[in-house]
Amino acid sequence: MAIASVTHTGPAAPPPVPAGRSRSLTPYLLLLPGIAWLTIFFVVPIVTLFGTSLQVPAEGGETGVFVQAFRFANYVDAVTEYWAQFSRSFVYAGIATVLALAIGYPLAYMIAFKAGRLRNLLLVLVVAPFFASFILRTIAWRQILADEGFVVSSLKWLHVIPQTATVTASAVAVVAGITYNFLPFMTLPLYASLERIDPRLLEAGSDLYGNGFTVFRKVTFPLSLPGVVAGTLLTFIPAAGDYVNAALLGRQPGTAMIGNVVESRFFRIVDYPTAASLSFVLMAAILLLVFLYIRKAGTEELV
Amino acid sequence: MTTTVTTAGGTAGPRADRPAPSAPALLRARRWLGRNALRIYGAIAFAYLFTPIAYITVFSFNDGGRSNLVWRGFTLKNWANPCGAPEVCSAVGNSLKIGLTATVIATVLGTMVAFALGRHRFRGRTATNLVLFLPMATPEVVLAASLLTLFLQMAPIGIRLGVTTIVIAHVMFCLSFVVVTVKARIAGLDPRLEQAAADLYATEWQTFRRITLPLVAPGIAGGALLAFSLSFDDFIITNFVSGNVNTFPKFVYVSAQRGIPAQAYVIGAFMFFLALTIVLVADIVRRRRAPK
Repeated sequence: MAIASVTHTGPAAPPPVPAGRSRSLTPYLLLLPGIAWLTIFFVVPIVTLFGTSLQVPAEGGETGVFVQAFRFANYVDAVTEYWAQFSRSFVYAGIATVLALAIGYPLAYMIAFKAGRLRNLLLVLVVAPFFASFILRTIAWRQILADEGFVVSSLKWLHVIPQTATVTASAVAVVAGITYNFLPFMTLPLYASLERIDPRLLEAGSDLYGNGFTVFRKVTFPLSLPGVVAGTLLTFIPAAGDYVNAALLGRQPGTAMIGNVVESRFFRIVDYPTAASLSFVLMAAILLLVFLYIRKAGTEELV
Repeated sequence: MTTTVTTAGGTAGPRADRPAPSAPALLRARRWLGRNALRIYGAIAFAYLFTPIAYITVFSFNDGGRSNLVWRGFTLKNWANPCGAPEVCSAVGNSLKIGLTATVIATVLGTMVAFALGRHRFRGRTATNLVLFLPMATPEVVLAASLLTLFLQMAPIGIRLGVTTIVIAHVMFCLSFVVVTVKARIAGLDPRLEQAAADLYATEWQTFRRITLPLVAPGIAGGALLAFSLSFDDFIITNFVSGNVNTFPKFVYVSAQRGIPAQAYVIGAFMFFLALTIVLVADIVRRRRAPK
């Protein structure tokens, strides 16, 4: 078989292959069930989704019956009609990603360099909120920031915010909710790349007369860039497709994101082609952004 | 050059070296702040992370009846009887069942893929990596919409939305995360350990069983834990492919309109403290076993 010929090229080439296993069918047998699962339940559905996105309602048919018409204009219609929600999704996700980076970077830095023996404990605490249900935490924020709640009434009493102000049911609440919910996704990869930095490099930086800020700017930050790239992607991707925060914290058409539209097109309006085109455009836009971003940031391997 | 060399631990810069006899207390306070600014920041950040958890915990003790919106007094009855709101327990039961099934399947399949990638050379590595990466780079709502379209088209051949379709979907999105976790562990192994086993006349299977697998086990456990928490907490995909089957996140989301019973807060707080305890105990055990 042809695989045998590639196995013994150069001793340093990764991954290390124990001698004797190379000729077998083992890797294919190991891959088969997992990759088959992903092919049937990821690749095939995406193709089906694309097919659905080109359908039109069956003539004289009932609601929910569609026929294939290869109508690419579905995309034009969907994007024109929901342009506002599209741009809103990317703007909200972008702001939330920047905020999460601003909050998460110092936190990851603190855990990596200043936590001492508490390091592992603090790392666990960053992830711990995940276990108390995503939806429940979002609702908790809604309750905490509700108009009749403790926080808003204290702020009003202190005249920090105007008496008529509301925090929930606003764009601010949605962005804040997204930032909160995806903060651990940002912090963990940042921590992982900061923790890997050899402290001797930082010492060398200060030995060469760099002050704290210069060492950070010239040594620490560049070395943590893989973490920044991974963290921003892990935050931005789910944030752009999220509709839970907009549904629970926004609660008005003015804060609806593209996920909300897809959900309501599927379940309330039963318009599968539009929902499918919107999903497809979202996926394509995100993949394009990810691709450009990775190329610009110069990180070759993410997985 | 005039730059002052900073002394060990002193990141406050030249300003700290300048004598200020008039206000030593103020200076000391400022130095202390400079040295501990990050720790103070950390405390604030953690307070922020835990605000909703605190709210959930406190309101799990609320005698608030079905809506649980305002504080009406302390009670233990929600904790004593978490099934007091009937739908809560059946939803949690479904979530546990789905989570455990999906975790077992995703962990087994994912570990196999990770071994293929980490220990073998084969054609099609790039394509495999792409198929593993794409589900992680695709927003959940797109995965959800695509699976639902597939399942709806398969309806004529007897596919009904329910527990099976949820498990299928969960395995699909957990698989890549298991692969990444286990693969990282395999990549970190010292290849000399396996070589040593082979030198001592261990067969390939013995080496795998006695050396490789125990060393990779923490990675597999980590992957399984990640898969379970992703599955248990998933809402978006579950909501699309669940039909009329209720899961815990779905129950909470749906009842958010009319108020969530305090028992749901009990479940949330309980899961949080349970997970925290498990992780902390595991950490203590690991430290005891491997003293430096």
